[in-house]
Amino acid sequence: MEKTTIKQDSGSLIVKGISYVSITIFALICLFPFALMISSSFMNEQEIVREGYKLLPKEVSFKAYSMLLGNSTQLVDAYQVTIFITVVGTVLGLFMMSMAGFVLNRKDFKYRNFFSFLIYFTTLFSGGLIPTYILMVKHLHLKDSLFAMILPGVVGAWSIFLMRNFMKAIPDSLYESATIDGAGDFRIYWRIFIPLAVPSLATIGLFSALGFWNEWYNGMLYMDSPDKFPLQYFLQRMVNQTNLGALINSGAVINTADLPTQSIKMATAVLATGPIILLYPFVQRYFVTGLTIGAVKG
Amino acid sequence: MGLLTRVKLAGRNIVREVMKNKVLFLMLLPVLLYFLIFHYAVMPGAYVAFVDYNLNKGIFGSDFIGLKNFEFLVQNGDLWNITKNTLLYNIVFLALGNIIQIVFAIMLSEISGKWFKKVSQSVILLPNFISMVIVGVFAYNIFNFNSGFINTMLAGAGLDRYEFYSDPGIWKYIIVAFKIWAGTGYGMIVYLATITGINHDLYEAAYMDGATTWQRIRYMTLPILKPTFILLLLFGMGGILKGSFDLFYNLIGTNSVLYPQTDIIDTYVFRSLVGQFNFSMGAAVGFYQSLFGLILVLVVNFIVRKIEPDSALF
Repeated sequence: MEKTTIKQDSGSLIVKGISYVSITIFALICLFPFALMISSSFMNEQEIVREGYKLLPKEVSFKAYSMLLGNSTQLVDAYQVTIFITVVGTVLGLFMMSMAGFVLNRKDFKYRNFFSFLIYFTTLFSGGLIPTYILMVKHLHLKDSLFAMILPGVVGAWSIFLMRNFMKAIPDSLYESATIDGAGDFRIYWRIFIPLAVPSLATIGLFSALGFWNEWYNGMLYMDSPDKFPLQYFLQRMVNQTNLGALINSGAVINTADLPTQSIKMATAVLATGPIILLYPFVQRYFVTGLTIGAVKG
Repeated sequence: MGLLTRVKLAGRNIVREVMKNKVLFLMLLPVLLYFLIFHYAVMPGAYVAFVDYNLNKGIFGSDFIGLKNFEFLVQNGDLWNITKNTLLYNIVFLALGNIIQIVFAIMLSEISGKWFKKVSQSVILLPNFISMVIVGVFAYNIFNFNSGFINTMLAGAGLDRYEFYSDPGIWKYIIVAFKIWAGTGYGMIVYLATITGINHDLYEAAYMDGATTWQRIRYMTLPILKPTFILLLLFGMGGILKGSFDLFYNLIGTNSVLYPQTDIIDTYVFRSLVGQFNFSMGAAVGFYQSLFGLILVLVVNFIVRKIEPDSALF
């Protein structure tokens, strides 16, 4: 009897030990690129050229940031574009999707299964990138319009169903009594349903906002004017561009020879990630809820 | 009853329904319009794969050339290469990804330190939040020839610098590593939710019966995770011809030296649009991808319905 107890303890100790060590190592691997990016952004250009990016620079320099924040109207433009598409896209998307979820959950709405399938089918078959591009550019004339970055991502079939499932939890009798009291459908949606659905709106809004904040693909496909590039696409161009002067400068005089080419790329990356990292601790809870609800049953 | 009368009746029913539920239809309208324009209106456009696309003549005005685009893709070997790459990458992502997610979920469920659990979970989930553009920056930060972190270390140790960006062989490992790095947190939480959903009394009972930790994991936790695992695997199979364009494009970009081992269907279609303006060829590949994707989803759904009827999609 005693032997088995000892064996059990040592077994569980080993499992625990391995778990702590592996999780710690993996967590450090997850953090490492962030740490390297941040420390590289504070490096002195000469040190990078001489020795390369390091976790612990010998000398801390703020030059990349002062250059970026002091001169770049393009970075400001990119921030404005990203904030604009994030806010407009998220609000518009939440409004459209919550209304659709509300209607599709109404048992007295006759064609809800037909419309649900219509929405669902788009996740199975798509026309593909090139027909989409032709539609956007040739028929909708959205080339170089900010809406080319908002519209394609504004609504997601998956989010609509998630919304609809959230609404199932709200008892039908609530609608019925509201109807008897003389409230119209939109009024029921706006005054009863929306206040009750705040947690689901927060979860889906978060996913949506994150998608818009990280948007670069449609920016790359459809935007021509540099002042309409979103933040992530601006960053991507900066990393791939050797001639940074052309990208950064807009009016201000910069000595291109003196430009901290390498650290400025990392500083831009930090500035493009920054808001997410700062908000992360607050939104993570919702994110986890959304993940588990979405995954356990869609 | 004649067909015409039946259609007329159905039409009248719909009209009556719309009149009755005007507001509800109006509320659904924005989303319906969105799907009609951005998804359904696009579908006939797949026809561009069968024509010799001419920008001025438009999709349906261009000359019909049948399967010529597909023939060409098969003959020059591109189609086979990108299909093979897409399939292999996705199989590795699915298999390795899920295994690592399960292992980390189990380890996280075994440890008792609450604070440690919370912090490590947050940290492992962090890569999920950033854009793949940032991941591309990370790769540049670590692997670039002149100042990349690894080359800094190599040079510091007196060794030769390594030219990562001209060695196609090594990128398949880098891509897989970044994919795992970015995706583990998400899957881990999904599996962890399943584990914490297990009735705690079961574990208590096993403990009383003298089951060791290993036995508990082997005979209780793993079997409970099996359905979730199979389900995620099967659903993943449906999208196995879809690539992670974001990841591949931001790591590889337009570095054609690396294409033989890193080109997938989505990057190929993208290039035929942006680089070469070869609309028909790209659309042919895209059509092939969509069609096979649809067939795969149907087959997978059929299998899921056989194994776990409740989890089938339709």
